[in-house]
Amino acid sequence: MIKVDEKGFYGRFGGAYIPEMLHPNVEELRESYEAIMASGEFQDEFRGLLKDYVGRPTPLYFASRLSEKFGAKIYLKREDLCHTGAHKVNNTIGQIILAKKLGKKRIIAETGAGQHGVATATVCALMGMECTIYMGEIDIARQHPNVERMKILGATVVPATSGSKTLKDATNEAMRAWINNPVDTHYIIGSVVGPHPYPEMVARFQSVISEEIKWQLQEKEGTENPDIVIACVGGGSNAAGAFYHYYNTPDVRLVAAEAGGLGVNSGKTAATTAKGTPGILHGSKTILMQTEDGQVVEPHSISAGLDYPGIGPVHAHLFDVGRGEFVAVEDKDAMAAGIELSRLEGIIPAIESAHAIYALNLIEYSKDDVIVINLSGRGDKDLDTYIKWGGY
Amino acid sequence: MNRIHTLFNTKKDRVLSIYFTAGFPKLEDTMPIMEAIQAGGADIIEVGVPYSDPVADGPTIQDSNMIALENGISLKKIFEQLAGFREKIHIPVVLMGYLNPIMQYGMEEFCKKCQEVGVDGLILPDLPMQQFIDDYKGLFEHYGLVNTFLISPQTSDKRIREIDENTSGFIYMVSSHSITGAKSGISEEQIAYFERVKAMNLKNPRLIGFGISDTETFTTASNYSNGAIIGSAFIKTVKDSKNLSEDIRDYIQSVMD
Ligand SMILES: Cc1ncc(COP(=O)(O)O)c(C=O)c1O
Repeated sequence: MIKVDEKGFYGRFGGAYIPEMLHPNVEELRESYEAIMASGEFQDEFRGLLKDYVGRPTPLYFASRLSEKFGAKIYLKREDLCHTGAHKVNNTIGQIILAKKLGKKRIIAETGAGQHGVATATVCALMGMECTIYMGEIDIARQHPNVERMKILGATVVPATSGSKTLKDATNEAMRAWINNPVDTHYIIGSVVGPHPYPEMVARFQSVISEEIKWQLQEKEGTENPDIVIACVGGGSNAAGAFYHYYNTPDVRLVAAEAGGLGVNSGKTAATTAKGTPGILHGSKTILMQTEDGQVVEPHSISAGLDYPGIGPVHAHLFDVGRGEFVAVEDKDAMAAGIELSRLEGIIPAIESAHAIYALNLIEYSKDDVIVINLSGRGDKDLDTYIKWGGY
Repeated sequence: MNRIHTLFNTKKDRVLSIYFTAGFPKLEDTMPIMEAIQAGGADIIEVGVPYSDPVADGPTIQDSNMIALENGISLKKIFEQLAGFREKIHIPVVLMGYLNPIMQYGMEEFCKKCQEVGVDGLILPDLPMQQFIDDYKGLFEHYGLVNTFLISPQTSDKRIREIDENTSGFIYMVSSHSITGAKSGISEEQIAYFERVKAMNLKNPRLIGFGISDTETFTTASNYSNGAIIGSAFIKTVKDSKNLSEDIRDYIQSVMD
């Protein structure tokens, strides 16, 4: 069974390794999130906003030309059509309603590519809440349009100047900011990472993805279960959402595409399961890339959203017990897949999502297999990267 | 008897603990700094084990951690530097560090090594109390190491009692809701928290840390506890020092005055 236990562990991964200063906040969440999420009032507001504001259900689109090319029945779960352009908003809608119910007045969040930052700034504008986003100085430079989007939405963007100045450091800064503002502030973590209950809570908000896949596939194929689900993994929230209702259906293969960067053995990679070892990162025990001495290693990926040295504990567990198949997709292959999808289907994917597309080349499948690829986001934010890359 | 217990048996007041980052400002400064802290008259030395991602620390300690790592420090190296330190240092020594580097070293091996070189206690800020009780309490005891937990103004009385029950060295009272880093002054709200905890009559001694930087803040903190811990302000002192032993002695004496 893939299921979180009472202490927040998936097998040997998870938990809440946090300084005592964060304990009251995290404990407050842990004690209340399940009851709040189960309440009719919460569900009505959450479901209502997902439908009318985010635009759910997102289509499950049969990609006929892609299918023809790969010789399988390939469906794309169109999270790229969500308001703000990626799956991230499913989680921020859930967490902002939760924050309101907890009486919080301010929101903080970390962001890498800026997608989670935009999704957070968006729901803060929607709810009239003050919003501060922490973002690595390097990411601010390479994801400039998203920085401006956050500012237009009324958020304050604070550069993280410590360490490597990317997503991992933005997460550190957000945690520090939470220590400094423990009473009126809620921290909206953007992936299935962090101390328990965050990984499970975020996964549940994202689980709407597989909930929809099930009935949509039933309509189209007469079965709820595809043969394979593929998703990219940075921290792993879109993958957790796409896998969630299939965790315990062994017939459905779960494929996670990590960022291989310049190559798994190049020293410039974010392929966590290939290169990582068990340890603690951002409050949970998981698999992360680190030195022998336990210092966190700086990852590399062309896609800022996958440029993270760890993965959520649930993915570490899926890897550990062999329930998930993990593949590493290199920068160049992801870029080629992004261009290929654009040409075959008229859909320019986020570079993160292009990793999931390319994974088709790295797994075995048979001709009649039904494959669902979670298309986590659209490529608008990545135009600069596409332009610089060229090759189209 | 553990040196920390011996200390608090004889000294109940104005105990000064100094935190520094091992391997900073220069790789081989670890021992000279420890000797200077003792010579200056402080009561406890906290040796900081550097980590790439210190989430409870402000810019001063973050920077010292980064520089120490660039200098080539590691836990292995720290134990090499500490070998034989008991020939020179007789005051209590505590290692303070985040869990991940220690986990990679191996918790049992780490505890064993601490005992071997003469370390008295541990402060592991991201080790949760329950995990400690379930997995490590016996190990710490076996190797003669006392443990210290942190509490903050947000910590409930109930949890403070539990922490007191499971602490065997001293309780580290984080002075405000804050990461490390010297700030000026102590507010009335902080005093109210100090008084609240003082009135709980805990079995462990209490040291107040975070934001203690000079004789005034040290004295205020000591009025409500058994003493205080200085970190960031001390790191600033050693950072630009041309003469470590003199500057450290002068700084500590200015605080204890
Ligand atoms: C489009 C898109 N996909 C995927 C990710 C990676 O996050 P996760 O692994 O949590 O889904 C991001 C993160 O920014 C993203 O923007």
